[in-house]
Amino acid sequence: MFRYIVRRLLQMILTFFGATFIVYALVFANQDDPLQALAGERPITASVRQALTERYHLDEPFLKQYWYYMKGLLSGDFGTSLTGRKISDMMTQAWPVTIKLALIAMVIAATVAVTAGVISGIRRGSMFDNTTLVVTLVILSLPIVVLAPLAQLIFGIKLGWFPPTAGAHPDFHALLLPALVLGSLVIATELRVTRSSVAENLRSDYVRTARAKGLSRKRVIGVHVLRNSLIPVVTLIGVDIGGLMSGAIVTEGVFNIPGVGFNLFRGIRTEDGPLVVGFVSILVIVFLVVNLLVDLLYAALDPRIRYE
Amino acid sequence: MSDLEAVAAAAGPGGAPPTEARHADKRDKPRSLAGDAWIDLRRNKIFWIASILVVVIILMALFPTLFTSANPRDCALSRQHAPASGSAFFGYDFQGCDVYAKTIYGARASIEVGVLATLLSGVIGLLFGLGAGYFGGWTDAILSRFIDIVLGIPFLLAAIVLAKRLSADASSNGIVAVTVTLGVLGWTTAARIMRSSVISSKNQDYVAAARMLGAGPGRLMLRHILPNSIASFIVVLTILLGTNIASEATLSFLGIGLKGNAISWGIAIAEAGSYVRTAPGPLIWPSIFLAATVLAFIMLGDAVRDAFDPKLR
Repeated sequence: MFRYIVRRLLQMILTFFGATFIVYALVFANQDDPLQALAGERPITASVRQALTERYHLDEPFLKQYWYYMKGLLSGDFGTSLTGRKISDMMTQAWPVTIKLALIAMVIAATVAVTAGVISGIRRGSMFDNTTLVVTLVILSLPIVVLAPLAQLIFGIKLGWFPPTAGAHPDFHALLLPALVLGSLVIATELRVTRSSVAENLRSDYVRTARAKGLSRKRVIGVHVLRNSLIPVVTLIGVDIGGLMSGAIVTEGVFNIPGVGFNLFRGIRTEDGPLVVGFVSILVIVFLVVNLLVDLLYAALDPRIRYE
Repeated sequence: MSDLEAVAAAAGPGGAPPTEARHADKRDKPRSLAGDAWIDLRRNKIFWIASILVVVIILMALFPTLFTSANPRDCALSRQHAPASGSAFFGYDFQGCDVYAKTIYGARASIEVGVLATLLSGVIGLLFGLGAGYFGGWTDAILSRFIDIVLGIPFLLAAIVLAKRLSADASSNGIVAVTVTLGVLGWTTAARIMRSSVISSKNQDYVAAARMLGAGPGRLMLRHILPNSIASFIVVLTILLGTNIASEATLSFLGIGLKGNAISWGIAIAEAGSYVRTAPGPLIWPSIFLAATVLAFIMLGDAVRDAFDPKLR
C-alpha cells in the first residue's frame, strides 16, 4: 500500500507539471507583444516598457518565466487577472459557491442513481429496467449546452418553479435547478454502473450462501449486494469530478452563478489569459488530488484489492 | 465528455437479451463474427432508428439544399423574432435569419468537425494502441504513462486552452482549430481499447503461425493482428464521433469554437440564450437537432457494440 501511494504521488507530480506546463506554454509562449496588447492602441513609452518587462520577466527565457510562475503558484500566489484583481481573492469568493453546487448535484445524482440502479439491477429486463436504460441513454447524449438552457427555459421561465438565474448570493432554492442539470451529467453513468454491478453480484456465491442461510431478501440485497455493488460506484466519483467541472463552466455561465466555472467562462470570453491559466491550474490540481483520494478509498473499501 | 465513453465501455449488456433462435436457420453454414453481428443488428430496432437518423443528418450536411431553399445568411432585422410561417418553419431569430435554414446548414459544421476530429483521434489512438500492445515492455510502459497523463487532464479545461491558442488567427472560422483540439485530446480511450485487444490477439495461434512463416512485425501488425482487433476500436470511434459533435457545440457555445460567419448549432444556442424569455424558438430547434445527432451516433455505437460483444452470446 505504501509503495502504491508513493508511486501514485510521483505519477501525480509528473502529471501536474506536465499539465501546468502545457497550459502555461499554450497561453503565454510566442506572444507577439503582450505589453502592447495590455496598452491597447496607445503607444508605450520606453521607460514604462522597461519597467513592465522587468516586472513580468519578459526578457528572460520561457522556461525561466514558467519557473517564476510555478514558484508563485506553489506559494499561493496565482497572479492578478487583467482587470487587476488578485486571482487568489477571486478563488476564495468563488470556491464556496461551486462546492455547494457540486455537493448538491452529487447528492441528488447519487441518491437517484443508486436507488434506480439497484431496482433495475434486480429486475433486469423488466419494464422499469428498459425505461431507465433508454432514459439514461438520452440523458447521456444531451450535451450540457442543450440541457442547461432548456432547463432554464422550461423550469425557470415557463413553469416558474425555480429562479431562472441565481444572482450574487445564491441560496439553496436558487442552486437546486443548476444542481439538477449538473447532476444529470453523472446520474446516467452512476446508474448504469450500479445496475450492472448489482446484476453481477446477484449471481455470486456469497449471495447464494446468504440466501441459503435463510436471510431475508431485504437483508441480502440491502447489506450483502448493495455494499459490494457500491465499490465501483465510488471510483466513479473521481471520473465525475472531471465531468462536473466541465459542466460547471457552462451551467454556472447559463444560470449566472458566481462560482469557479462562471469566472472561467468570463475569463474565456474577455480573453483574460492569467485568469484562465490560474483557474485551470487549480482545477487540474483539485482533479488530481480527488482522483488520488478516490483510488486510496477504493483500496480501503474493498479488502480484495491489494496494491503491491 | 470523456465519461460518456467511459460509461459506454463500462455499461455492459444494455441491448436486447441474447437470442438462441437466430442460430436456428442455416445452422450448417459457418459465419464470421461480423456476419453474426449483422444478423443480430438487423433485428435491433434501436440500430435502425439510429442509422436512419445518421443517414438523414449526413444528407443534411452534404446537401442542405435538399431540405431548404432559403439562404441561412439572408437576414433582415425587419423580421426579427418573426413567428413561424409556411416558408420559415421555425420562425426567425434575433438577427432576422431563418432558424430552419440555419439549423439545416448547421449540420455541416458539426459533421465536418466531428468526422475529421474522430479520424485524427483514430490515427493517434491506433498508433499508440498498436505500438503499446504489440511491442510491450518499455515501449508499453512509456506509451501507457503518456496516455495516463493525457487522461489525467480534464477534457474541457484542456480543450479550452488548446482551442483558444489554436484559434488565435482572427480571420479563420475556427474549424481547423476545433478539429485539431478535439482530435489531439480525444484519442486516449480508443488507444486503451486498441492496446488491450492487440495484447489479447497477439498471442493467438495464427499470429505465431504467421511469425514462423517469416512475417515481419509490420506485416504481423497490419495483416494479422489489426483486422482481428479493430472491431471494438471502431465502435469506440463511433461513440467518440457523437461526443465530439457535443464538444464542438460546447466550445462554440463558450465562444472558442467555431466563430465569425460559421453556422453552428453551438453558436446558435449561445446567441439565442440571451433572448430566451422573448423568443425561445431559436434556442429550442438547434438544441433538438444537436441532441438528436449526438444520440444517433451514440445509439449506433451502443447497438454495434452489443452485437459484437461476445459476452452476450
